Amino acid sequence: MTEFLPPALILLAGAILIGPLRGHLRSAVVLVAPLLTLWAVWQVPDGVVTTAPFLDYVIEPVEGSPLRRLFATIFALMAFVGGLYAFRQAKWYELAAGYAYAAGAVGVSFAGDLITLFIFWEMMALFSTVVVWAGGTPAARAAGIRYAIMHLLGGIILKVGIEGVVVHTGSIDIQPMLATNFDTWMVLIGILINAAAPPISAWLADAYPESSPTGSVFLSAFTTKTAVLALILLFPGEPVLIWVGIYMVMYGIIYALLENDARRILAYSIVNQVGFMVCAIGIGTQMALNGAAAHAFAHIIYKALLFMSAGVVVYRTGKSKCTDLGGLFRTMPLTTICGIIGALSISSFPLTSGFTTKSMISEAAIGEGLVLIYMLLTAASAGVFLHAGIKFPWFVFFQKDSGLRPKDAPWNMAAAMVIFAALCILIGIFPEPFYQFLPYTTDYVAYKPGKVLFYLQLLLFSGLAFFLLLPLMRRTLTISLDFDWLWRVLFYRAGGALLRILAGIGSAIEAGIRAWVSSLRDVARRHLGFVESNRDYGIFARTWQIGTTALWIAILLSVYVLTYFIS
Amino acid sequence: MNDLPKDDAWLARPSSIRLLWKVLWGVLALTVAAQLVIKIKGYFGIDDWFAFGAVYGFLACVAMVLVAKGLGYLLKRDENYYAAEDERD
Repeated sequence: MTEFLPPALILLAGAILIGPLRGHLRSAVVLVAPLLTLWAVWQVPDGVVTTAPFLDYVIEPVEGSPLRRLFATIFALMAFVGGLYAFRQAKWYELAAGYAYAAGAVGVSFAGDLITLFIFWEMMALFSTVVVWAGGTPAARAAGIRYAIMHLLGGIILKVGIEGVVVHTGSIDIQPMLATNFDTWMVLIGILINAAAPPISAWLADAYPESSPTGSVFLSAFTTKTAVLALILLFPGEPVLIWVGIYMVMYGIIYALLENDARRILAYSIVNQVGFMVCAIGIGTQMALNGAAAHAFAHIIYKALLFMSAGVVVYRTGKSKCTDLGGLFRTMPLTTICGIIGALSISSFPLTSGFTTKSMISEAAIGEGLVLIYMLLTAASAGVFLHAGIKFPWFVFFQKDSGLRPKDAPWNMAAAMVIFAALCILIGIFPEPFYQFLPYTTDYVAYKPGKVLFYLQLLLFSGLAFFLLLPLMRRTLTISLDFDWLWRVLFYRAGGALLRILAGIGSAIEAGIRAWVSSLRDVARRHLGFVESNRDYGIFARTWQIGTTALWIAILLSVYVLTYFIS
Repeated sequence: MNDLPKDDAWLARPSSIRLLWKVLWGVLALTVAAQLVIKIKGYFGIDDWFAFGAVYGFLACVAMVLVAKGLGYLLKRDENYYAAEDERD
C-alpha cells in the first residue's frame, strides 16, 4: 500500500509547535498549518491509501472518498479561519488545544477503520475539554469537568460497541450498519452522545458558553459534526434517527427561546441544526445524505460566524446576557452585519448558504413521502428564524440601548468574520459549484420561484410573529432545567440522602455498642472493680483476711491432688 | 444626522421604527400577493393553498412561543440555581 501520512498529522504538528514558538513564528504556524492540511486533504485519492499493522489488526488510517474529503475540508478551513480569529487574543494553550482538537476531527474524517476512528475520537474529547478549561473561570473549570465526564463515558460506550462489532463480525472496517443488536446500539449511542442527541444534549449548552470568546468558535465546529459524519458512514437510513433528529430540532428551538445568554442561545441552536442533519441521515436516501453533508458544511461556517460575532461582543464588553446587551449596532456595525448574515444563513433565508443546503433535506423528506416529517421540518425552519435568525441579533445588537459603546472587532477577528460571511453568501448565490463536492452526484436545483416564495412567506411571517409576541419573550435572569438535572441534582441529592441514611444507621449501631459497653462496664464495676470512695467494693475487689486466703489455697490444692490421684 | 447626542442612530428613532413597520407590512403583503402570479407547487393537497406558507409560519411560531412559555414555568430556574445547589451541603 502506498504510504500516505494522515493529513491530521500536519495540524497536530502545528498544535505541538504552537507551545514552544513565540511571536511571529507562532502566528505563522497558526496560519500556515491549516492551509497545509487543506492542501494535503485534497491530495487524498479515493479508497484506502494507507494501512498499518496494529496489534492483530490491519488498520487504515487514511481512506479517501468525496464525503470524507468534504468534511476534512471544512474542518481544516474552520481551523484556519478559527486560528485567524483567535491568534492575537487567545492564550497559546487554547490555540494548541484547539488545533489538536481540529486535528482529531480531520483524523476521524479519513479514518478507514473503527480503531483509528476511536483514537481520533478520544483525542477530540481530551483536547476539547482543554479548550473549555481555557475559559479560565471557576464556572469553566466545573463545566469542563462535567463535559469531560460525559465525553469519556460516551467514549467508553462507543468502545464497548466497537469491541462487540469487531469480535462478532471479525471486521474493523467502517461500513453501513443498522442498530439491530447490542453492539450496534452501543456504537450508535456512543456517537449520538457526541451529536448532543437526547437525553444527553445538555453538555453542549452547559460547556460551550463557558469557554473563552475564541474557544467557543472552535467548539461549535467539530464534535457534533464529526458525529454527523460518523452517522453518515455507519448508520445511513437508520429509522430511529428520524425521530431523534426531530426531537433535537424542537428541543433546540424551545430551549433557545427560553434562554437569556446569547452564546447559550447559539449553543442550543447547534443542537437544533444537527437535528436537521440527523433526521436526514435517518431518511437515508442519496438526496438526504447529500443534504446532511451539505448542511453540515454550511452549518459549520454560519455557526462559527455567529459564535464569532457573539465572541467579539463578549471580548469587547465582557457580557453575554441579553438582559445586559442591546443597541450595539451603533458602534459595532461590522460585527452586527456579520452576525445578521450568519443569522439569515442559519434561518435558510434565500440567497444564503442555509437555503441551498437545508432545502435538500426537506426535499428528501418529500421524496420519501414523509409528509409529517416534512411539515415538522418546515415548522422548525420557521422556528429557527424565530430563535436564532431574529432573536440573537435583535437582543444583542438592537433591542434597547444598553448604554454600551464598545469598539468594533479587532482586525483579525473582523477578517475571519468577513471570510465566513462571504462564504455564506457565495454558497447561497452559487450553490452549483459547491454541489459537485457532495458525496452523490446531483442535479438538484435550489432556486425555483414557487419554493423561494413559499420560504419567504414562511420566514417573513415568522418574523412578524416574533415582533408581535415580543412581550411574551421578555428576557429573565434564568436558566432552564434539562435532563442533566437528573444527575446534577436528583442523583446528587439521592446520593446525599443515601449517605445520610447510612450515616444514621452507622451512628445508631455505634450508640448501641456504646450503651452495651457501658452497661458491661457497670456490671464489671459492680462485681470486680472498686469505686473511688474505697467503701463500695465489688465482690472480687474486697480485701480478704490472710486466714481465708490460706484456707482457699489449701482447698484448691487438695482438689488438685485428689483429681491427680483419681485420674 | 448628528444633532442628537444620544439617540442619534437613525434606527433608534421612533419615526424610523414606524417607517420600518410600514415597510414590513408592505413586504408581507407583497409576498402573499405574489402568489397570484407565481405558482407554489404543493406536495400534499393543502400546501399550495393561497398564503399557506404565511399562515403556517405564523401559527408555527405562535405555537412554539406558547409551548416555550408554558414549559418555562416548569423548567426555568434562577441563573444561580446550580451554584446554590452545590452550596446546600
